[in-house]
Amino acid sequence: MKKRKNQVMKTAVAGLLSMLVLGSSLFAGAPSGRKEATSVAAVVHYTDADSMRLQGEQRFRANCGRCHAAPQKFPPRMMATVIRHMRVRATITDQDMRLVLVYMTQ
Amino acid sequence: MGFSLLHVCQKTALRRRQGVASFGVLALLFLLLLPTWLVAQTVDNEKPVPLLSGSAGAFSFVSGGQNLIDTQINPVLLVPLGDRWLVESRAEFEGKFQRPPDGGPYGGPVNKHVDYAQVDYIASPYVTITAGRFLTPFGIFNERLYPVWIRALQPDPLILPINTAPSDGAMLRGGFPVNAKANMNYSAYISATSIGIGSVDSERHVGGRMGFFLPGPRLEVGGSWQKTLQDDRKNAFGFHLGWQPTQAPLNLRSEYAHSFEGSGYWIEGAYRLSQAHFWQKAMRRTEVVARAQQFYTDGISSDARAQLGLPSANTSEADFGVNYFLRDGLKAVASYGRQFSSAGNFNQWTYGVAYRFLIPLGRVGAQ
Repeated sequence: MKKRKNQVMKTAVAGLLSMLVLGSSLFAGAPSGRKEATSVAAVVHYTDADSMRLQGEQRFRANCGRCHAAPQKFPPRMMATVIRHMRVRATITDQDMRLVLVYMTQ
Repeated sequence: MGFSLLHVCQKTALRRRQGVASFGVLALLFLLLLPTWLVAQTVDNEKPVPLLSGSAGAFSFVSGGQNLIDTQINPVLLVPLGDRWLVESRAEFEGKFQRPPDGGPYGGPVNKHVDYAQVDYIASPYVTITAGRFLTPFGIFNERLYPVWIRALQPDPLILPINTAPSDGAMLRGGFPVNAKANMNYSAYISATSIGIGSVDSERHVGGRMGFFLPGPRLEVGGSWQKTLQDDRKNAFGFHLGWQPTQAPLNLRSEYAHSFEGSGYWIEGAYRLSQAHFWQKAMRRTEVVARAQQFYTDGISSDARAQLGLPSANTSEADFGVNYFLRDGLKAVASYGRQFSSAGNFNQWTYGVAYRFLIPLGRVGAQ
């Protein structure tokens, strides 16, 4: 009986550890915090702004250009909302979203 | 006596062990949830602002000599909350006005409905959780190309009604790079879809869509699947393709759908005349479009198909159109199509304007 309970407990702990590892791997995949998911300034500091803008333009043409014509730029707070909407609607990747946001706001 | 003392000791030790295990479990849960809680404390430099976006349009559809004036406005409300939440909704107000066969002024119904009203939670870079009423991710037209200011031709594809009624339920979706040359995107959902006459019936569904996008050649291919979870437990599936070659301003799209209600495909090419060497200012704003499509009937009656918005008989159609972008978010459209079917052949002319608007519902600061 005791052995069985121990076995159940071990299984529970192993399951939780697996959840922890899975959760951590998901969170670890997030590039240095969620702040960058919607923040313009937060993205720019860790690499050259010009190259990010160029990359952002390429990502815009590849992803957004499939449905949208040449871009008109909007204030950053508006673009932050638009890009979050498009992230969900068009299932674009997190990295593409951040680079397009840089391109569309600078 | 000795036995009961031993039993009490064993019970105490077991409780202590269970207590330690419970503490461990709580500690692990705390560690698991800590990153989310910490992230929730961060403050953005540029907080997203709520927006009222959407499109409006006025069109004249002349089908087989009968004129239909279609005016519509499709407002989209976007309310971001914190770093990870988005509440979004789109409604449709559409007036369809026709002159009666015996003459007289134009008249007709004004339809209004909510296309989607959903809450999105960006759980990780790979997963977004959506709940509420959402656009069914079957193919690409319904989710991505439906708005009048995005679609290249205003008449709907013949297969659009297949499995694209709004779904009420929950969905997981996202996109992530598979390697340096390919991204994968996916949607998986479970829902009760409103169907039938006056949307009084509903069906439970499970389904999903998966696509691979190659950013280099700008090529996307993917497939969709949906299973009905009751009655005949019908399956439906579809494939989609999108290609934007880098050498030319061409946008090629295609969809195929197969279902109990019927099957068919459409293929469409839109070419921007920006490479023309004459009238460059006007040509840059001009887009020519062509679409070919076919629909094949299947297991339901022609009346049932008509109620779903599908053709009543096997149908082929070819359309040609021109779009002129007057400015960002405003375009004039015109197209001609001919439909061939055992129910009768006819021409379809379309012309009108489509407009996109975007209004902040809060302070946006300096640009």
